[in-house]
Order: sequence, then C-alpha cells, then structure tokens
Amino acid sequence: MSAHHEDRIQHLLRQALPPVAAQPEPNHDLWPAVLRRLDQQPAAQPQSKWVWFDGALLAALAVMIAAFPVSIPLLLYYL
Amino acid sequence: MSNGSSGVLASEFDLLDQFRQGDLDAFEALYRLHQRAVYGWILRIVRNPSAAEDLTVETFWRIYQARARFDASRLFEPWARRIATRAALDWLRTRRSDGELTDDVLAAQATSSTDPGVTAEIRAKTAQAFARLPPGLRIAAILAVVEQQPHKEVAEALGISVTAVKLRVFRALRLLRKDLERQGITP
Repeated sequence: MSAHHEDRIQHLLRQALPPVAAQPEPNHDLWPAVLRRLDQQPAAQPQSKWVWFDGALLAALAVMIAAFPVSIPLLLYYL
Repeated sequence: MSNGSSGVLASEFDLLDQFRQGDLDAFEALYRLHQRAVYGWILRIVRNPSAAEDLTVETFWRIYQARARFDASRLFEPWARRIATRAALDWLRTRRSDGELTDDVLAAQATSSTDPGVTAEIRAKTAQAFARLPPGLRIAAILAVVEQQPHKEVAEALGISVTAVKLRVFRALRLLRKDLERQGITP
C-alpha cells in the first residue's frame, strides 16, 4: 500500500470515526458501582466451591467412621 | 502518611504503597485521581459512553484485584491503561462485528467537522468496515490513527512493541482498504 493510499485511508477513518472530545467524563460518579463490584465478586465463587467440598469431605468421613469404627485411632494418629 | 488536618495522603507514592496493602481509602483516592483518564481511554476504544462506564468499573475492579502485582516504583496510569485496554479488548471480542453503526458513532459523525469530499455513505461504510476488523487491529488503529495517541503509549497499553503497533496499524489500514474496495469504494 503506497503512502498516498495510507494517508487517504487514515483520512477516511478519521472522517468516519471522529476523535473523542479531549476530556470526556462519565455521566455520574462510578465509585459506588466500583464498591458494589468489590463487594459482589471477591469470595463468591471460591467460597461456594469450598463449602460444598468441605461438606462432602465431612460426610465421607462420618460414613467411614460409622462403617469402620476401628479406623478412629488411625485417623487420630494422622491428625 | 497524612498531610495536615484533612488527612490527605502526602504523595501518590504513599498512596500507591497503601493501595498495594489493600487500603480502600487509598484505592478511592487513586480512583478519584485517575478515573477520568481511564474512562477517556476506554471511551476512545469502545466509542460507547455506557459501555465505557461499565468497563471503567470493571477496570478498577481488576486493578484492585491485581494490586499486589503493581510495581510501586512505576507509574500508576500506564498500568491502569493497560488493564483498561485489556478490559476493552475483552468487550470488543464479545461484541458482534457485523459493522452495525451505533447511535454514538452516527452522532459523532453528525457533529464533527466533515470533509465535504467524503459523503455520509462513504463515512458509514468506512465505519462499518472498520467494525469488521479483528479487535486487536482495531484498537491499535483507533488509538494511533484516529485518536493520535503516541505509539509508545499505545504499545504500553497493548503490551506490545512500538514496531508491532505500527505493523498492526498498517495491517488494519490494508484490510480496511480491501474491504472498502469490495464495496466499490476506491480510496
């Protein structure tokens, strides 16, 4: 592509998509939205995963102890 | 750390240090200092005020999540711009690229000083063709060509070299030209 063509395309592009104003500002204060986002996201996913996983582990442990009471001393040894 | 009775933090360096430790007040102070620049940067890429607001929130959320990785010896704004660019790129990738013009682009075209040699139809087709370009090329071209941001800043924001920016701009313009030629417009 020649320099002339490149200049022409650049000119067309600037005509099609005029530059944004120098100092654009949001219509309102976004800080409350940032705070809401911080409150929502952090631990939501990991927490729910681990709660489920911890529950399953505890249930498995309870079943194992009920089925094999002799394993209790062994478990205590490893804890 | 505080400066006088107002409790204003002494310098941005202290602010950044506190921010890295998760201090929410320091984060808010940084937000107040830089939100306009971040919003403006995003708006220049996505050209949609409502999406730019959402992405500004998303960017500051990402900034807070990544605070431990921030190198306090470096400037905050280029780092924020890089995160903002990534958020904007993610947004562009999820958008349909059918070249449909948004009201904001049409309004901007209507209010800007236009070259009488370029008809409204050509402007519309150029904008549509541009919207069909891959997002990575689009960002480089819009920042470097339309917004005339320094190549070094664009490179930092995209996490690539200045040469790669120039290459992306060149590829974007070449693809745009081919697309326009297919539509019967010879630039």
